[in-house]
Amino acid sequence: MVKPIARINDFVVKFANVNGSGSASANGLFAKAVLKMGVPVAARNIFPSNIQGLPTWYEVRVVEAGWRGRRGGVDLMVAMNPETWVEDNLEIEPGGYLFYDSTKPLPPSKFREDVTVIGMPLMEICNATYSDPRQRQLFKNIIYLGALAGLLAIEPDVIETLLTEQYKGKQPLQESNRKAFRLGFDYAGANFETIGLRIERRDKVGNRIFVDGNNAAALGAVYGGATVCAWYPITPSSSLAESFAKHCERYRVDPATGKHRYAIVQAEDELASIGIVIGGAWNGARAFTATAGPGISLMQEFIGLAYFAEIPAVLFDVQRGSPSTGMPTKTQQADLLICAYASHGDTKHVLLFPEDPKECFEMGALAFDLADRLQTPVFVMLDLDIGMQDWLTDPFVWDDSHELDRGKVMTAADLDAGKEFGRYLDVDGDGVPYRTYPGTHPKRGGYFTRGTSKDAYARYTEDGHAYAENMQRLLRKFESAKERVPAPMIRRATQATRAGAIWYGSTGAAMAESLAELAKEGIHLDQMRIRAFPFADEVAEFVAAHDHVFVVEQNRDAQLRMLLVNECGIDPQKLIPILHYDGNPLTERFVTREIAEKARLFNVTPLRKAAG
Amino acid sequence: MTYLTKPKLHHPGLPTNTLGLTRRDYEGAVSTLCAGCGHDSISAAIVQAFFELSIPPHRVAKLSGIGCSSKTPTYFLGAGHGFNSVHGRMPSVVTGAALANRDLIYLGVSGDGDSASIGLGQFAHIMRRGVNMVYIVENNGVYGLTKGQFSATADKGSKAKRGAVNSDEPIDLVQLALVLGASFVARGFSGDKGQLVPLIKAAVEHKGIAFIDIVSPCVAFNNHPGSTKSYDYVRAHNEAVNRLDFVPHREPIEADVPAGGVQNVMLHDGGMLRLRKLHAEFDARDKVSALAYLEAHRAMGEVVTGLLYVEDEPLDLHDAQNTVAVPLNALSDAELVPGSAALARFNAALA
Repeated sequence: MVKPIARINDFVVKFANVNGSGSASANGLFAKAVLKMGVPVAARNIFPSNIQGLPTWYEVRVVEAGWRGRRGGVDLMVAMNPETWVEDNLEIEPGGYLFYDSTKPLPPSKFREDVTVIGMPLMEICNATYSDPRQRQLFKNIIYLGALAGLLAIEPDVIETLLTEQYKGKQPLQESNRKAFRLGFDYAGANFETIGLRIERRDKVGNRIFVDGNNAAALGAVYGGATVCAWYPITPSSSLAESFAKHCERYRVDPATGKHRYAIVQAEDELASIGIVIGGAWNGARAFTATAGPGISLMQEFIGLAYFAEIPAVLFDVQRGSPSTGMPTKTQQADLLICAYASHGDTKHVLLFPEDPKECFEMGALAFDLADRLQTPVFVMLDLDIGMQDWLTDPFVWDDSHELDRGKVMTAADLDAGKEFGRYLDVDGDGVPYRTYPGTHPKRGGYFTRGTSKDAYARYTEDGHAYAENMQRLLRKFESAKERVPAPMIRRATQATRAGAIWYGSTGAAMAESLAELAKEGIHLDQMRIRAFPFADEVAEFVAAHDHVFVVEQNRDAQLRMLLVNECGIDPQKLIPILHYDGNPLTERFVTREIAEKARLFNVTPLRKAAG
Repeated sequence: MTYLTKPKLHHPGLPTNTLGLTRRDYEGAVSTLCAGCGHDSISAAIVQAFFELSIPPHRVAKLSGIGCSSKTPTYFLGAGHGFNSVHGRMPSVVTGAALANRDLIYLGVSGDGDSASIGLGQFAHIMRRGVNMVYIVENNGVYGLTKGQFSATADKGSKAKRGAVNSDEPIDLVQLALVLGASFVARGFSGDKGQLVPLIKAAVEHKGIAFIDIVSPCVAFNNHPGSTKSYDYVRAHNEAVNRLDFVPHREPIEADVPAGGVQNVMLHDGGMLRLRKLHAEFDARDKVSALAYLEAHRAMGEVVTGLLYVEDEPLDLHDAQNTVAVPLNALSDAELVPGSAALARFNAALA
């Protein structure tokens, strides 16, 4: 007999539900209740491309240590979906727990012997308590929440307070939900023995906030001064544009007139979205679109125009499972190459890689300064895992002394003062020219923007020399971008080592924990989290300083590794790819196992041992 | 085209408008289109219209897609900013530009390939949204820059220069614009400047989207017998429903009333359109009958021109967006950035 798992504040609960059954609200309350107990959680909604009927899961990792990634495996399965019964049971760790609706008896063959089974006749209780079928369904979720609170020792007051907040001003709903919760809680108290999993009150959450990256990035766009948003609905990015609308209603309505200091267009497609962004940015507004991989594919032609005509534009790409329609509700980091080199011809673009909602906010604002400063498209590369999941993250901060950087814009006064204006003239040697907003001056500063070749004064030309000069200047500009984009975060291992690890974006959630685990196994890795493209010089230096570097990412073709090899002239042999691309966020266990295995294979041994 | 550059000196006796500018101040670079191209006549009409309206040239943003027609914004209003964007996508770029700064005048120039084929989707949606702009299609029924392929506006049965006969139904952008909610719809002919200049002026003064389809013969590839977009064909089949006078700011109205009567349309800025009706039964404020009239005369092979539809009190995209009067590109940091105190409240709500 396997010993039942016994852990306090460190286990994984997974809810298996049917999409559209109202479970999301109850499951979300569970996560929030744990947070209110002062214990951090890492929660993920694993959902289908469907509105009603298909299986959906919510995974809550209760994790006092504060890790934000998935661990792998499940300690307590709340199996509410008969359709996925078999796979859900298989996922439980040996010694784990199964909570299920025992109204209809199941043969013993349906259960595992190494799992503690907790049955509760949920349907029976609901049918006895409620006559309305919809109520039976909805309150079933709150009843099992009550039972789980009893089982795991969540303080009932915490959940009752949350219910009161959730149904603020709706007295009858507060009452009925509290009643359902109590029903489950009391049932557990009367019928269940305590189990090995338990939540104990701590003070480990601090002032951290629980928020999704799309919401954070949208708020970043507000703080970054964005006034024009054009978008086309696409999972997993839609909530970014919708959040922007919500934030604007709150922060951008002129109190005196009720008029909007923003404009949001839900366009007919992604081509129009990026066209609107480019038109707005050309005309001096800060403009952005939010999309996913298929949208980026559609925008390619326009992105090349923005690069060549040097128009600031901000694109939030919330990456999802690709190619083609791929897995719309699953996560990946598979748009790096299509964004880095978007469009036909020689193009390179600035990419930012936020690791969590806090950086979504920061980079969401920064992207607009960068786009204006560099006069080029800037991509903020979220993914579904950061974009649509609530993360526990440090509170957002804003420096009120920060002025929006509009970049090199010549005003009517500059032109009157006799400053020479050439739209594509490299005055400062950094490859970034000056621009004028349309309508600035009656006589000077007017120019024609075009995607065709032109000279430094924006005059149409097919002269090969002028074309090549311009292309060279664009490279100089890209070079200057290196110093302006967020620098990589580098951390040395606690012991000297000749091996390192590189990652970016949401992969960081599992990396932090995995590196700690690997260190316990004697595998010490220097660490670099890449935050932007083009790569700062430190990136190539980091690789040069190591014999082997693991590049961990969530795509099949090792796209960051390709970019590193291509842009930094790195020997590909040095870069060992660690790849996860099944659409689910990678787990700590996966990363640890893969790196440990490859470390043996490549004979990556700690310096200490090698020297000895 | 010519390789000679335009002389910079102006004739001292050139007439000036109320801004003290001459017609020359509204010109642009020398055209690189073929000699006799209808598009050059349209550019000349645009120059004339803006000169007569006394609009500062630099307050006009000229945007276009790709193609012969889309090259023309270089040839007029040289002091204004221009944007030669992507094939068929001018409408979206104008939409963004117009949102960014509501104080400029937006002139979009497109062609039949640009708007009726590759850009039909964007054409349709900008009509729906009512962006405050003038949208001109220089319609010649062929692709000029790629040497004479049929476009989607070529009439069924019309002949290409090399003899091929078009078997596809044509797209009538005027009818589409009407159905899709454009608040000003007109058709002109590049060979009739007298009709065209007032149409352009009225379109500029119109709030909301003003669409003008201008039949503009391609002398290189579509001006032969068998074409329905040639100078000869359009001259012979031009069915003008009205002549338009643009009367700025309530100037006294002339007394002569033509056979069909006069229809006055007030403009939002106090100006007025005075329509001299050439066909008594045609009413430019009645969309349903305008559509029926257009379809009936199209079936007869006629090209109906004039102001075909105008809405009295149109709304534009900024009305729908409820945007502030200050252009969005001129808002200050204080008006845009909520600041750290607001952020602290945001954090507190999620803690």
